[in-house]
Amino acid sequence: MSPTAPPRRVLAWSGPVLAALIVLPFVVPPYQTVLLSYGLVLAIAALGFNLLLGYTGLLSFGHSAYFGVGAYAVAFIVKYLKLESMEAFLLGGILASGAVAAIFGLLCVRYTKIFFGILTMALSQVLWSLAFKFFWVTGGSDGLRVPTPTLLGGLVRAGNDKFEFLSHRYYFYVLAIFVVAVAVMWVIVHSPFGRALQAIRDNETRAEFVGVQVWHYRWVAFLISGMFTGLAGALWVPLNGLTTPDILHWTFSGKMVFFTVLGGFQTFFGPIVGAIIFNYLETYAVGHTVYWQMVLGIVLVVLVLALPAGIVGTVRRLLPRPVRAV
Amino acid sequence: MDLATLVVHLLNALLYASVMFLIAGGLSLIYGVMRIVNLAHGNLYAFGAYVTAWAVGRALGTATEASLWMYALLPVGAVAAALLGAVLEPTLLRPLYRRAEEYQLLITFGLLLILEDVMRLLWGPYPLQASALYEALGSLTIGESIYPTYNLAVVVIGGVAAAGLWAFVYRTHFGVVLRATSQNMRMASALGVNVNRVYVQAFTLGCFMAGLGGSVIVPQQGAVLGMGVDALILAFVVVVIGGLGSLEGALIGALMVGLVREAGITFFPEIELAVLYLMAAVVLLIRPAGILGRA
Repeated sequence: MSPTAPPRRVLAWSGPVLAALIVLPFVVPPYQTVLLSYGLVLAIAALGFNLLLGYTGLLSFGHSAYFGVGAYAVAFIVKYLKLESMEAFLLGGILASGAVAAIFGLLCVRYTKIFFGILTMALSQVLWSLAFKFFWVTGGSDGLRVPTPTLLGGLVRAGNDKFEFLSHRYYFYVLAIFVVAVAVMWVIVHSPFGRALQAIRDNETRAEFVGVQVWHYRWVAFLISGMFTGLAGALWVPLNGLTTPDILHWTFSGKMVFFTVLGGFQTFFGPIVGAIIFNYLETYAVGHTVYWQMVLGIVLVVLVLALPAGIVGTVRRLLPRPVRAV
Repeated sequence: MDLATLVVHLLNALLYASVMFLIAGGLSLIYGVMRIVNLAHGNLYAFGAYVTAWAVGRALGTATEASLWMYALLPVGAVAAALLGAVLEPTLLRPLYRRAEEYQLLITFGLLLILEDVMRLLWGPYPLQASALYEALGSLTIGESIYPTYNLAVVVIGGVAAAGLWAFVYRTHFGVVLRATSQNMRMASALGVNVNRVYVQAFTLGCFMAGLGGSVIVPQQGAVLGMGVDALILAFVVVVIGGLGSLEGALIGALMVGLVREAGITFFPEIELAVLYLMAAVVLLIRPAGILGRA
């Protein structure tokens, strides 16, 4: 068996989970399916983000940049190229966020720790202020509208009921891409490249000694991370119907850090769980109180003080050894 | 541009620099001593602004004009922010000093979210004004322009605060202990310095400065939700340019940001903020430790 293939116990529980996700739209109300779509999209962003935090040991506080570039790339494709194909959106989102990540990464990977965090944040704020100020291009704080796309090269269309489209066809589309993204990321982190990243994370000097070209590996990790996050941004826009500068602001980066740590950044599946739970938490907090930020803040403070390993990390610690597959 | 206009622009730049120095100086002091980047620092600035605006509003009652004694209320916000800091450091930050810095950043981010809503809870979603203090001082004429006297007062307060802080850090016993702890916490501790106490004092002082920044600017700008988050990023720009942990650096950074911002508003309003963030990025790339920082 190749070293990148997932162990049997991971397949044993991920199979049923996937089956449940496929059946779900037929049992729960459509609103729940749309809500879960948001969660899955954030989970893709979290996967990308955690390649840097969990596997390379770099805490970015500017990943809103790549999510936002992915989303704005889609809006520009609609505005200037008049396309409405989701595949074009995804391609555009990945390429644009990849290009930005390639440039920003080149500047940022020379640093680590707090300097890396501040530099990524400053660069993401440049994009935010441009999106905010150049309203004739970006719509300013009103943002840009994005109509419902056609899927699979025009084979699947939205029809009249937008909500029905989002809660069924688009949900399955998001789910399929989510599964592919998880599989690709699994292969990446278990490949020799992923091992090298972890070696850098654990001991930079030693990694350099055994011949790992540290900055080059970090840059590639940064690039992949940005592209995953950009993909999430591109998938997110049709759900939201609108892209605004909020998703470029550094506080959105903060939320990405939040849900990655909520799930547990030292595990592969932690960020996915964290993103989905965070999405529910935020949605219900916003729906029930104007003080939702306080609810999130308190959860975060309690989490950091009491459960630093995150949800998945804590569950794994509590489980008996043989089941430790998560 | 004639001389009078230039003077007005320079004064505006200085006004902005004074407030930025108060915020960023506090941020830098806290980082220098404790190695913590406090993401909630901007909220302490906002808290100071709100408390002062609230106090002035209560003192005014139904009156429309401010009497002179009400200027004594300006430090109230700063003291409130300092008290808040004195409570937060031992309860939330102290348990985390031995942990990875990711957690320290995260807890201050959680604190940012909480404080933002605490202010909404206490003072509601609408802006709070203290403009009576701003108007009562009247204005003076520079050439053909009219300039508010209060702005000059803010510049003076900023200057006095910078001088006071310098004297405090370099001319008092407490300053010696503070600098010693900042340079080598373990050694200072071994020599009998109560590090926990120095940390809470440094954090309180940093919060006091942020609160003072909010207090002095609130008569001119009012207190609104979200002002803290915006101010934090600009304070980052200042400390990154000047050097994280350096007070002199914060002063130079604040002056540069003040000048660029004033020039930006006049000449390139669309990219004013982008230029500021890019300045920070460029300084980080050329001199990661900032102009006066130590790595």
